[in-house]
Amino acid sequence: MSVIYMDNAATSWPKPAETMAAINHYNDMIGGSPGRSGHRLSVDAGRCVIDAREALAELFGISNPLRIVFTGNATEALNIAIFGFLAAGDHVITSGMEHNSVMRPLRALEQQGVDVTVIPCSPRGEIDPGDVEKAIGAATRAIYLTHASNVTGTIMPIADVGAIAREKGIMFCVDAAQSAGAVPLDVEDMKIDFLAFTGHKSLFGPQGTGGFYVADGFAKNIRPIMMGGTGSRSESEEHPDFLPDKFEPGTVNGIGIAGLGAGVRFILDRGVDHIRNHEMGLTDMLILGLGEIPGVVVHGGRDARRQTTAVSFSIETVSPAAIALILDEEYQIMSRPGLQCAPAAHRTIGTFPVGTVRLSPGYFTSEDDIGRALSAIAAIAGRIVRL
Amino acid sequence: MNVSKSYMILLFDSTSATLLAEKVLKKEGIPIKIIPVPRHISSDCGVCIRVSPQDREKIEELLADVVDRAEICVL
Ligand SMILES: Cc1ncc(COP(=O)(O)O)c(C=O)c1O
Repeated sequence: MSVIYMDNAATSWPKPAETMAAINHYNDMIGGSPGRSGHRLSVDAGRCVIDAREALAELFGISNPLRIVFTGNATEALNIAIFGFLAAGDHVITSGMEHNSVMRPLRALEQQGVDVTVIPCSPRGEIDPGDVEKAIGAATRAIYLTHASNVTGTIMPIADVGAIAREKGIMFCVDAAQSAGAVPLDVEDMKIDFLAFTGHKSLFGPQGTGGFYVADGFAKNIRPIMMGGTGSRSESEEHPDFLPDKFEPGTVNGIGIAGLGAGVRFILDRGVDHIRNHEMGLTDMLILGLGEIPGVVVHGGRDARRQTTAVSFSIETVSPAAIALILDEEYQIMSRPGLQCAPAAHRTIGTFPVGTVRLSPGYFTSEDDIGRALSAIAAIAGRIVRL
Repeated sequence: MNVSKSYMILLFDSTSATLLAEKVLKKEGIPIKIIPVPRHISSDCGVCIRVSPQDREKIEELLADVVDRAEICVL
């Protein structure tokens, strides 16, 4: 029996053939240092990188592709948005559904005098934008909010919070690690000032790619957390202040970005709406099917229209790790047990510290795969009930 | 025919901006060539765009919204 991969919220697999073709082409035919030397292989490498910037700008409704900065992943982008922007005395707002890539940097800064308000979310993982508005004070400089939870898939009301932040003139930073490519996103409509994305999930790029968009008004107020060579202004020992070079010291992951660009083109060719509809159908089937299995508890909003494909469930009295191990060893089904790097979200939904089993189908998952997963989980739950 | 032997060089902040400008100009069918920045203009290790001076107006118009800063040198 073939493997059923249901861990796309951790990293998408398989990647589209287009992604792998772009990576192989880069390796075989290009391979120079992007933006460094003037020879044709270096220029061609640079062209791959600019193509990827353009594709991402198109996907997110950004008019200037030079406002896209590449990093190694979403975590690095979020660290720039947090450590590069905040100072002692600042107040910031975040939610009770965040990933540790937001929570840990904020908790570290809390020790250094940054005031952090965590807006509690409902046990279904939902935030009330009114609570965000009420928490804003004179010292509030930024709101850090995930677009979609990696535990329950819950999609946050980004446009509503964006409107509130814009009105108050504070930076709105969105963690789109789970949503970019899978859920429609437009930085203008949603009034997003800083959008952190990762390349290896729903954008169909390889691991080690990611980045961010930053709005004109905020780019100058964010300090780079690393400095170095950029291939530009080499005569100067002062780090450049223009995008993207300000935040891209060191050689970028050219081969990975070539793959990411092809992954994003794959999405643009099909349309995010088409991908979203397909994934919603799979998620709906998964949520409904799990709900019918005696002994299984499905967490979160349990509504495919309001979440991504990430579905968390528990079987009472069995540890998530044990379920995941049986799914892997006996049924060839890949899932993710535990806290999924988001202890805050598990506290919110009441599953801390045990965690859940998370299944996350993807664009390449079939209804047949969902059916097989449901039968496997029904068999495991049945075994427990009989014990 | 007025065959101009002089060149015009477009210099940008970064390679990213240079290659974005290249895409925009190519799309409009303007003849261009990416070349290393000539040593007597800058000691930078990057590339620039060589164009014909007769396209200057059109180029300036096309790039106005695309890149923040561009320097033009006529050689
Ligand atoms: C909501 C969320 N934010 C941030 C990240 C971090 O992404 P990366 O590991 O690519 O930096 C992840 C995934 O791991 C995530 O699910």
